[in-house]
Amino acid sequence: MNFVIPDFYPAAAELFVAAMSFVVLLSGTFMKDARNLVYTLTQITLFGAAAITLGTMDGQVNFTFSNMYVDDLMGDFLKLVTYFSVAVVLLYARGYMRDRKIETTEYYALAIYATLGMMVMISANHLLSLYMGLEMMSLSMYGMVALQRDSVKSTEAAMKYFVLGALASGLLLYGISMIYGGTGTLELSGIAQVIYHQTGNRTVLMFGLVFVVAGLAFKLGVVPFHMWIPDVYQGAPTSVTLFIASAPKLAAFAMAMRLLVNGLFELAEQWQSMLMFLGVLSIVLGNLAAIAQTNIKRMLGYSGISHMGFMLLGLMSGVVGGDRHFALNAYSSSMFYMVAYVLMSMASFGVILLLSRAGFDAEDLDDFKGLNKRSSWFAAVMAMVMFSMAGIPFFIGFFAKFSVLQAVVAAGYLWLAILAVVMSLIGAFYYLRVVKLMYFDEPTDSTPLTATADMRVLLSMNGVAVAALGLMPQALMSLCAYALLASL
Amino acid sequence: MTGIPFLSLAIWVPIVGGLLALASGSDRNASVARFVALLSALAGLAVSIPLYTGFDVSTSAMQFVESYQWIPRFNINYVLGVDGISVLFVLLNSFITVIVVVAGWEVIQQKVSQYMAAFLIMSGLINGIFSALDGVLFYVFFEASLIPLFIIIGVWGGANRVYAAIKFFLYTLAGSLLMLVALLYLFMESGGSFSILDWHQLKLDMDVQSLIFWAFLVSFAVKVPMFPVHTWLPDAHVEAPTGGSIVLAAIALKLGAYGFLRFSLPIAPDASQAFAPMMITLSLIAVIYIGFVALVQTDMKKLVAYSSISHMGFVTLGFFIFNPLGIEGALVQMISHGFVSGAMFACIGVLYDRMHSRQIADYGGVVNVMPKFAAFFMLFAMANSGLPATSGFVGEFMVVLGAVQFNFWVGFAAATTLIVGAAYTLWMYKRVVFGGITNKHVAELTDINNREFVFLAILAICVLAMGIYPFPITEVMHASVNDLLKHVAVSKL
Repeated sequence: MNFVIPDFYPAAAELFVAAMSFVVLLSGTFMKDARNLVYTLTQITLFGAAAITLGTMDGQVNFTFSNMYVDDLMGDFLKLVTYFSVAVVLLYARGYMRDRKIETTEYYALAIYATLGMMVMISANHLLSLYMGLEMMSLSMYGMVALQRDSVKSTEAAMKYFVLGALASGLLLYGISMIYGGTGTLELSGIAQVIYHQTGNRTVLMFGLVFVVAGLAFKLGVVPFHMWIPDVYQGAPTSVTLFIASAPKLAAFAMAMRLLVNGLFELAEQWQSMLMFLGVLSIVLGNLAAIAQTNIKRMLGYSGISHMGFMLLGLMSGVVGGDRHFALNAYSSSMFYMVAYVLMSMASFGVILLLSRAGFDAEDLDDFKGLNKRSSWFAAVMAMVMFSMAGIPFFIGFFAKFSVLQAVVAAGYLWLAILAVVMSLIGAFYYLRVVKLMYFDEPTDSTPLTATADMRVLLSMNGVAVAALGLMPQALMSLCAYALLASL
Repeated sequence: MTGIPFLSLAIWVPIVGGLLALASGSDRNASVARFVALLSALAGLAVSIPLYTGFDVSTSAMQFVESYQWIPRFNINYVLGVDGISVLFVLLNSFITVIVVVAGWEVIQQKVSQYMAAFLIMSGLINGIFSALDGVLFYVFFEASLIPLFIIIGVWGGANRVYAAIKFFLYTLAGSLLMLVALLYLFMESGGSFSILDWHQLKLDMDVQSLIFWAFLVSFAVKVPMFPVHTWLPDAHVEAPTGGSIVLAAIALKLGAYGFLRFSLPIAPDASQAFAPMMITLSLIAVIYIGFVALVQTDMKKLVAYSSISHMGFVTLGFFIFNPLGIEGALVQMISHGFVSGAMFACIGVLYDRMHSRQIADYGGVVNVMPKFAAFFMLFAMANSGLPATSGFVGEFMVVLGAVQFNFWVGFAAATTLIVGAAYTLWMYKRVVFGGITNKHVAELTDINNREFVFLAILAICVLAMGIYPFPITEVMHASVNDLLKHVAVSKL
């Protein structure tokens, strides 16, 4: 076996982030109070990675590391959104972490490692690199959840997250082994070839598919693999919840695309029904359970479950009876949905962070009471995000729902579209409740908001983006479609 | 035709004005917010007037058309245009916005900028609904207009406002979400077009038409509101502040009825014909049964709310008897109801601002202390009960005539409203205004001030002018209504 030096060029951004992670760790170790430096370095890492990704982007599909790794436009696009969202999340989180004295070097290092894991997931073309990326991301996030060591809730959440996450990884690994057994390869394009030529063992493959989808469903947090979401969302420090509720969803989407579309596309009719089942359950249960919540983090957790279900409905409507005509449209609609969700999720948790201060966590819905009297601008931001999540125009959430519903109707699942809109009606109720608390009720707490200027500016921009992209969604929509077209 | 985009201006001038009012900030600058709001409402009216003066009454084609790409990925376009059916509503809406701003001038003391902004933004969005010729654009305006009204009811409303606001929002959202599925379905069927005018030409099977008809029916019936999905309206009306009630009655209720003419009838004509008996029955139930319900109300606002439902029953009745008198009468009734119900709510608002009670029993003998007010209230009450020479008579009479042409007994049943309507309105008027003063608070009432006089007088002029000489209004809608009926008469199977 002769050794070939791999082509590092397509993975330049990953290598840069990996190198910078050591710089961050070391500077934290050797300096006394490195918080500002480490924060700056982390942001530089993210911006540098973005620059490299933009610079190496050529619209081609490049494989490297013996086809274990792929660099394509879909990956580049998702990575750019990931950097962006991690950068925003870290900025939002800063004041909160500092107030709770958990703004440590480890936090930033873990965030970088999690980002690296997501990048690997997004670019994986091999089941092992996919699994590696997934574990890198997950392990870092377990650590982040447990960062508040002396908080019982936090450690409990981390434990739950870890145990259930490990179980899901086990399921995924088991599924991977079955797929390997059925096809004799771990490389996604190889798997697709084998299934296409009908040489694999169908029964084993089906079992593998079921386990892989289960593992995937856990990472996305869809019913019935959603149990961890409410507890982890509630237990983790809000800044970490924000992290979990944004960028990792993009990575999980990429994983679904790589696994199901790149690898197991020939089994589309099988996974389609699974995704439909998961999607319907998530939309129904997510929306119904969210109504009963009094803790806003839990509520947003359940709302996230229903959003992921919605996204799956888009993903599953790509192939109808072997006809791939609608595939691109369907996948790009769910990708758009994902990006929209990340944007809304960041803004909603951002407002929660804004309301928190040293010694006080804005966790209950009642903490939003009378926000309009305390700060009418940020009440408006939150209201826009809530209406957007409920799918009311002119906000981005409407067009996200619109494009997914369009794909679902195009695929001929009229009943599914009707079910989805009925459930969004139920969803509208709990989003409206937040608006009601902010606008119709009197404040119980009149402490002025203490957020830093940069956070205020960014959060305002985030809110404006939710509205502006709702007025002009064309650019982002066609970007999603274009990135997918160049990659499939 | 000039190159000035009047429709876009009618939409965006109030919205921008609303945002400016919002930017004036806290209640310290309340008077700034009021003046910005008044100016933008007047500007909104000013840019709407050329739509009427420049309107060509000889054609049924869309006029003042503007067309730009919006979301090419789904072939969604920003297409605006008005025909004889919609142009009047744009005008009515811009006009009512001015009234609302004036009516809320001193009454609203809290969060003035947000109050004014909500009404202005809603006004722009509603102009968008009436002039959108793209399905998605229509839907977007239709849904977005819920937000300001939700906020208005919830923030400035009465004691039970939260319940009313959420009920209002969810009821109307429930209807419109099904419409979204219907729009997407039509997009598929038409091979990728969201243009409403394309859909009018689309051939559809009967079962497809039925499905689409029902999806639109749910949405528009809630909005009209038709019996039996009318229950949100009395709650919303009772709890809303005066301005909210005026807009709700004068404009928001017209959206559903407009939807029938723009979507249901032309897109699914065969289904519309097939379901017409059901629609007529529901309309008659609204006219008669809801009329009797209005009779027993003890709350003035609730009474007018039920009377609105009953009058809107007349409108849907007029649509589904498929003759020119019926549809034109219904349209006249819609415009007239816009003025009359708006004025009725404004009058109740005048009383409520002074007494903080809407109960009929708390009043009596108001004429003794508020003679000027009593005169206006009298005129509007007469118009509400359909007295000749007021605008209320014209529409009702035309619809009854149309209904008699269609079927004598339908016409007969509809005509009973002239009795019931007079009964509940005038009985309420009698109990509130006439008689001796029994409540000492009534004795302390002061008559209307100049501001109130002005907006009531303007409304009174409109009501009388329309009642005496309705030709300028019927003239505008004539070509479009005839064209619509010709279109509906041709089967699309």
